[in-house]
This record gives sequence, C-alpha cells and structure tokens, in this order.
Amino acid sequence: MKYKDYYATLGVERTAGADDIKKAYRKLAQKHHPDVSKEKGAEEKFKDIAEAYQTLKDAKSREAYDRLGSSYQPGQDFRPPPDWERQYRGAQQDPGAFSFDDLDLSDLFAGLSGGARRGGRSRANMPIPGEDYEVTVHISLEDAYRGTQVDLSLSAPEFDDKGQVRHVPKMIKARIPKGATDGQRLRLRGQGGKGISGGRDGDLYLNVALDPHALFRPDGHDLYLDLPLTPWEAALGATVEVPTLEGRVSMKIPAATTAGRKLRLGKKGLPKPGGGEGDLYAIVQIVNPTVLGDRERELFQHLANESRFNPRGHFGGEN
Amino acid sequence: MAGEHENASWLHAQAKVTIVELAESSGLPLDVLQDLVEGGVLQPADPGASDWAFSAEWVVSVRTAARLYYDFELEAPALGVLLSFIERTRQLETEVRHLRAQLSQPRRL
Repeated sequence: MKYKDYYATLGVERTAGADDIKKAYRKLAQKHHPDVSKEKGAEEKFKDIAEAYQTLKDAKSREAYDRLGSSYQPGQDFRPPPDWERQYRGAQQDPGAFSFDDLDLSDLFAGLSGGARRGGRSRANMPIPGEDYEVTVHISLEDAYRGTQVDLSLSAPEFDDKGQVRHVPKMIKARIPKGATDGQRLRLRGQGGKGISGGRDGDLYLNVALDPHALFRPDGHDLYLDLPLTPWEAALGATVEVPTLEGRVSMKIPAATTAGRKLRLGKKGLPKPGGGEGDLYAIVQIVNPTVLGDRERELFQHLANESRFNPRGHFGGEN
Repeated sequence: MAGEHENASWLHAQAKVTIVELAESSGLPLDVLQDLVEGGVLQPADPGASDWAFSAEWVVSVRTAARLYYDFELEAPALGVLLSFIERTRQLETEVRHLRAQLSQPRRL
C-alpha cells in the first residue's frame, strides 16, 4: 500500500481545524472539479483532492490517518499497523479472510469509517448501487456514420462479496451504434461498477466527442460542407461532384448561385437512432483564381467592360 | 461486452425517462427532484400527465448538478440555480455548435 500525504494534497497543516480543511477543499475543488475545469488531468487531480477531503473531514478516519504519523513520504510503501486488520475486519459486513495488499489507502479509511460515499450514502446493511462510470470517447465522423466499437480501460473502485472496496482494472468493449452526434451521451445499463447487497449494477455513460473532420462540420445529424465554385460555375450553373460519407455524388448548381447559399442533399447526413438520416448542406464559396493566364485576364476584362452588374448598388451613389 | 443490445440507449430529446430513473441515475432523492419540478427548473415533457416523463437529455444535466451539489456540499436551494445554469449552458453549446457548423471556412489556395 502506498502512502499519500492528504494534508499536503489539500495544502493545509496537520494541525488545521475542520473549517480550514473544508475551506481548502472547496478552493481546490473550484479549480479542479472536472465539471468546472477544462484543464488536462483535472479529473485525476480532483480525485486526489476529494480522497484527501473524504478522509480528513471525518473525525474517525482523520484520527486513524493521523496515527500513521508523518514520517512516510508520499508514494512510499507502508504496512498498516497489525491492530488495523482486526479493526478493518470489524467494519465489514462479512469479516472473512482478506488482504491489505489489494487495497488503496482511501479504501482503507472508507472501510474504517463505514464507507461514506458521494452523497453521504452509507454501505451498512442496505443495497448500494454500483458506481456509475463516465468516459469521453473520441471517434471519427466516419465511425459515427458506421457505428464503431471502443475499448475502454478503467481503474474502478468495486465492492467485493465481503463488502470490501478495492480498485480493479476493468476493460470494457463498448459498441457505439451508428448515428452518434457530437456531445451525445450513450448510457450502457449495468456496465458500471457492481452493486452490493442486492443493489443494481452501475451504468456506463459514454460522452461521444467527434474528431474534427477535414471536410464536414456536423450539426446534430446534419452535415455542412463548404463547396468552392468558380465564378462562371456560380453564374452559369453547373453539375459538380461533391463528397459525402458514402462516396461522391453529382450535384446540380443552379445558374446565378450566390456565395453563402445553402444547397441541400437530402438524407446524406448521419443516420438517426429512430430511423432516417440527417441532411448534407453544401455552402457555396465562390473562389477566384489567384493567378490569371493572359487569356483568362483578357476574358475577365471583356466581361468587366460588358457587364452592367453592380453588387454595391444598394450603397447608393456611384460605386 | 456492451453490445448494441437493449441496455444501450441514447440520451436524446426523443427518449424519455421517469422521475424514478432520474433519481437512480443522479443519486438525488425523489422529493428533491419533485421540488425542482415544482420550482419550474426541471420540466416534464407533459406537465399535466399523472406520471411525469422527462426528456432523457435531462439525465446528463441532473447528474452534473448532483455531482456538483454533493462535491461542493451545497445547500438545497443552490441545486435549482445550478441546474438552470447547466441546462442553459447546454442549450447555448448546442446553438454554438449549430452556428459554427454553418460558418464557412475560408479556403486557402
């Protein structure tokens, strides 16, 4: 078992009062809570802070922690005092054979203090639902279109049959059905931590994040694509090939198409869970050649001389 | 393995959950959720129905609010304010995503 310096984690002295510990926790939680902070590693950081607070806010578990003394260094291996095993067994519903080897320091203090969990729910003699897991998975737009499978590797706290808490590696293969949209959540019932005393197993919540795509921008089940056209394609109309997630298709461009116009390709977006598909919108961009050949310049000059079109007519006066 | 089985469900606007499911998924007591409904923060799909059903999108917002409520040891009235802001943020994020998708990216030749 590795030693952790909970006082250092919260940035308080070992003599700090309960109010100071609470104040330090709240300050750090505001900075690192994963629902508040966008910084990388915020979740891990918050877990450490919450673990330290859970132990130090409870007078009984703080006293037990303090009895370890201050001679250990963070990360240093240590063996709990012999009388702790008897004490820990006594706190369990079924004090059978067990070993400290698989326990984390926080599990040990949770066991000694009756296992208070988020929300103040207690483990004693009542069905406790398993922990819910929440994971963000990044997938490509193509995978969202076809559906995909992701392999998740979690380190999860679980209660075993004897009611002891231990962290176990958990590998989960999760199938993401086709048609996922950015920010959408998928709930996989019963794929979280195991419940105890008849409590239901926890759920796994997958937060789907779509990787940026080189061509398409998703909006729900619709897709947006910039469609560059030459000035003459836009003016005269044309048939052009446009990419979709299932290959190229022909698209008719009406004459006198203006920049910014949205052209819809029905049912070429992402599949919807209840059936049907979103649409693909091509947004017209009119792109001029950056280098003109002699003949091109001559033709543009000819057009400039002949055309009476004035796009700034609404400004009034001579433009 | 979590396959494409009946236990996998998208939490989108068309899917519905009961108040008991919201309580189970968030860890919030039923009476607290009922107070949120009566306070107008948590909105059932059909407020006049005898059994309230909620858009499954609420699951995410209510879970987030519950996490913050417990982790920061907040007072009960703060929960409603928190949930309102979380829901407002979610709606604004959806709107930003919608507007960004329509925004043309200038092409560099």
